[in-house]
Amino acid sequence: MANLKVELCGITLDNPIIPASGTFGFGYEFAELYDINMLGTFSFKGTTKDPRFGNPTPRIAECTAGMINAVGLQNPGVEKVISEELPKLATCFHKKVMANVSGFSVEDYAYTCQMLDSCEQIGWFEVNVSCPNVHGGGMSFGTSPEAAAEVTRAVKAVTTKPVFIKLSPNVTDIVSIAKACEEAGADGISLINTLLGMRIDLRTRKPVIANTMGGFSGSAIFPVALRMVYQVAHAVKIPVIGMGGVSSAEDVIEMMLAGATAVQVGAANLVNPYACRDIINDLPSVMAKYNINRLSEIIGGCK
Amino acid sequence: MKQGFYTISENTPLTQTVYRMRLVGDTESIKCGQFINIFIDGLYLRRPISVCDVSENDITILYKVVGKGTEKMAEMPIGSKLDVLTQLGNGYDTAPSGDKPLLLGGGVGVPPLYLLCKKLIAEGKQVTVILGFNTQNEVFYEKEFSGLGAKVIVATADGSYGVKGFVTTAMDGIDYSYFYTCGPEPMLKAVYHASVTGGQFSFEERMGCGFGACMGCSCKTLTGNKRICKEGPVLKKEEILWQI
Repeated sequence: MANLKVELCGITLDNPIIPASGTFGFGYEFAELYDINMLGTFSFKGTTKDPRFGNPTPRIAECTAGMINAVGLQNPGVEKVISEELPKLATCFHKKVMANVSGFSVEDYAYTCQMLDSCEQIGWFEVNVSCPNVHGGGMSFGTSPEAAAEVTRAVKAVTTKPVFIKLSPNVTDIVSIAKACEEAGADGISLINTLLGMRIDLRTRKPVIANTMGGFSGSAIFPVALRMVYQVAHAVKIPVIGMGGVSSAEDVIEMMLAGATAVQVGAANLVNPYACRDIINDLPSVMAKYNINRLSEIIGGCK
Repeated sequence: MKQGFYTISENTPLTQTVYRMRLVGDTESIKCGQFINIFIDGLYLRRPISVCDVSENDITILYKVVGKGTEKMAEMPIGSKLDVLTQLGNGYDTAPSGDKPLLLGGGVGVPPLYLLCKKLIAEGKQVTVILGFNTQNEVFYEKEFSGLGAKVIVATADGSYGVKGFVTTAMDGIDYSYFYTCGPEPMLKAVYHASVTGGQFSFEERMGCGFGACMGCSCKTLTGNKRICKEGPVLKKEEILWQI
């Protein structure tokens, strides 16, 4: 029988499938459709110190084989996440969840992570230094090795759980940033966030997105994501979570061969709300087709 | 929310750009004012379309051909199958309607009012419907609303048919207990200011998922942030915070 289990920093996942932050909310919408306990885990909606409404609408634009979003980290703030969202989540999800955190200063990141660290439900942190949709924060920390390392050190200093740093593809050399995070004490690297993109409405000759630009995701970005996962996984010793355009069991296996220990699924959830369930159900037969008995054996299998 | 597979049993033009499509399949628990989200082969995002009518075995939608998605829809042959998400959005609440509700629809904002009108009439209400269009050849569903037993007034902006002016022009002098409206945002805003009772507004926004996961269609209201796809598309008059 196919073995889908993988280990992520000391916690065993039943399978490597993790819905990506920002495409799964806090899980409830999907829990109405299927038992989300079948997931490896999921990364909850990017949480900041203070509540945020995010950017003006339109925030969404369609692309060939993908989409652009400029939501801008809308979330209820860490206090409400702890007092309202996590207790509600506990009623439908009984595994450790991944806490996705963003900020506008090093202190913000540390504050939010420290607040969440005592929550029993949280298994890992995924620190987002790569949101392309907010000014003066997010991506600015992920575009320099020094700033990414500083955030990593600050979060590691106040937390006890494994910390993954989520990196931006909108950089010249993603490997140097991943290595800087590893040296600063990160327990893992998560990549890639969305690619900065844009669409123009031919009728109005204006950007479709109110914020002009946004993050491009969807199956179109898979080869770019795979390449970066391959580069980073070969350069660091810590585990890598691969994501970017993953929409099938075959994509998951490709990501793992490139070096990913676990795989996140993002935009695909928005188009097919059953995407993660379908991928998990498809994995055993696709594994059999390629003579894979244990998924964990293929991690980094492509040299 | 529910996912289902539907077979197209009708796909006919009502005007030069507005089509009626009937989808045969599961119609359980679909409420007036809700929308469906249709997967279209070759396009990444689903297309959200309001529900115009529901029977035991089919859903009727009316859509205007405005872009790639609706162009593809207009070419779909009868018998083809569609992957559709249903039961999306909050829908209209008929409880506060009073005895003489007024329905105001503009252009492709007209369709969701049809199922609402049907429900209000079934509840024994005396319904007046004002349908607004730009010009005579864009008018649709006047007879269908009359057929339900509603009093129907049509307004055209250029005066080529019915009352000359906007839905708010035709609203003048009508005695109503409550109102429901759907249409372009400038029209909704005009109705907001012209109305003298409480009412419900159905909004439109570009959506990612259509079921509350992506936060792509959020708006600010006087009662907090709402997702047009989940806590909307229908908002009550007293909670609206105009952004335009």
